Amino acid sequence: MIVKLLSGDRPRSKMLSAVLLLILFGLLFAPFLFPGTRSLDTAARICIFIVLVASYDLLLGYTGVVSFAHTMFFGIGAYGTAIALVNMGASYSAIALGTVCGALVAGAFAFVITLFSLRVKAIFFAMMTLAVASAFLVLVSQLSGFTGGEDGLSYRIPREMTPAFKLVKEKVLGVRLNGKLITYYVVFFSSLCLFLVLLRMVNSPFGRVLQAIRENAFRAEAIGYKVVRYRSVATILSAVMAALAGSLMALWLRYTGPATTLSMDIMVDILLMVVIGGMGSMYGAVIGAVLFLLTQSYLQNLLGLLQESLGSLPIVSEVVSPERWLLWLGMLFICSIYWFPKGIVGRLRGT
Amino acid sequence: MSDALLSLNGVHTHIGPYHILQGVDLEVPRGGVTVLLGRNGAGKTTTLRTIMGLWQASKGTIQFDGTEIQKETTPAIAQREIAFVPEDMGIFTDLTVHENMLLAARNSAIDEERLGWIFGLFPPLKTFWQSAAGNLSGGQKQMLAVARAIIEPRKLILIDEPTKGLAPAIINAMIAALKELKEMQTTILLVEQNFSMARAVGDTVAVMDDGQIVYSGAMAELAADAGLQERLMGLSLEAHQ
Repeated sequence: MIVKLLSGDRPRSKMLSAVLLLILFGLLFAPFLFPGTRSLDTAARICIFIVLVASYDLLLGYTGVVSFAHTMFFGIGAYGTAIALVNMGASYSAIALGTVCGALVAGAFAFVITLFSLRVKAIFFAMMTLAVASAFLVLVSQLSGFTGGEDGLSYRIPREMTPAFKLVKEKVLGVRLNGKLITYYVVFFSSLCLFLVLLRMVNSPFGRVLQAIRENAFRAEAIGYKVVRYRSVATILSAVMAALAGSLMALWLRYTGPATTLSMDIMVDILLMVVIGGMGSMYGAVIGAVLFLLTQSYLQNLLGLLQESLGSLPIVSEVVSPERWLLWLGMLFICSIYWFPKGIVGRLRGT
Repeated sequence: MSDALLSLNGVHTHIGPYHILQGVDLEVPRGGVTVLLGRNGAGKTTTLRTIMGLWQASKGTIQFDGTEIQKETTPAIAQREIAFVPEDMGIFTDLTVHENMLLAARNSAIDEERLGWIFGLFPPLKTFWQSAAGNLSGGQKQMLAVARAIIEPRKLILIDEPTKGLAPAIINAMIAALKELKEMQTTILLVEQNFSMARAVGDTVAVMDDGQIVYSGAMAELAADAGLQERLMGLSLEAHQ
């Protein structure tokens, strides 16, 4: 049953299985294990980024297509939901319509991009996506009447999904069962489903052809596979998945702006998560996203604690000052790529 | 020959500024092994790649089973039931032997009986069925490359120098495999520099030089006529005898 859910893609390492189980249960019970708004926010971001990073890995790791437009698709999904909620009011039909439209527009956009650029060589495709994504970012900032410009859009979501809605009066296990909790579980279970769908895709005959194309596109053609068509379908599927993750982000934050969905910083983060976790493995996306977001959220706190305990040592306490957290983040990434060139999953699987 | 499965008529191929094939006329009869001989750089590999559409013929026609295919794309040509075993074997090293075979069967289920037959020809493939193809030895990779081409019955198999750099024992396994395919009436176009291999399996032979076919006829004739061999292939042949 479990193997079937995982589409036959076993973790193939005891350590990896243990880590994945830990992450699954950690996220499932996050509201009760780590109460507090900040930890819940981190948990929800982790869920969403797992889908986003996994959908990027479908392109980069499985198909060997380098694209810098992934945040654009993420943004299209988020803006789709946001614009629907702004214009139609806080209703479930607005969420549904916005999500579907976002996914459709992202798929259509991806289709157009593949039409005129997948035939060119890899580096030119990468540059093309970079150009399109940058243009899209500028466009969204300028069309302020429609997208809210640089300020983005804030909107209301249905009452049952807001903190104001109480499921029961009393606290359960010290946690208030409110609408925010409902939204968290919507995000969690949607992400889980999307991830399992992605896992199914890469372990299907379709996924196998993608891997063959990544390794040797000419050879795949000589066996009889239309490489351009497979690459296009992978790009479109990946874009649709990213858009759906974007819709979840819009729902969770109740705000959508260029900085939270479209910025190049997020693109770089996604790339780092894929590489750190391990390219060409969906589980790599899980590990990469969890590790990266936890570090991003809590490294400052950790450094603060360190500085307190090392306060007496003059230079050391300066170096571990929480303000220098980006320095340490960078060092951590360099180390992880140095020691795990095939990503953490590659290392755990011993390949 | 009227019953040719594949025939090339006046095929020219340019690779960048170089004019490699300069009017190749070649007939591959149905149900036999045609060997393409010739020294290095004569255009043998380019001929195979042009048939597969990996290089576009700039002039001339390529007829396969009654249809002109020189304008078609590589996947379309492959789907006409032509299998190609390139010189570099082109196996997918990150995938397992099993996955390589599934891809070659184009995702239809693998015929168990045929697979049993292939395992009989190349036993190491059974042993390493679930290992990554990149971990196989050179000879085993060549076995996989050939096995991939024959996992489904194909009308024509193009094989580029299957014995290059292989140990004699593995060459014998290749010869045995080709002989079995021959008995099953498979049409094969084989590029080969090893004359003993060519003689062991070939029915007809064509010799290339400078981008043209300079001789074609029955293998038995060429094999019996040392003078002809000397004239056609000179040193390159002696070196391989």
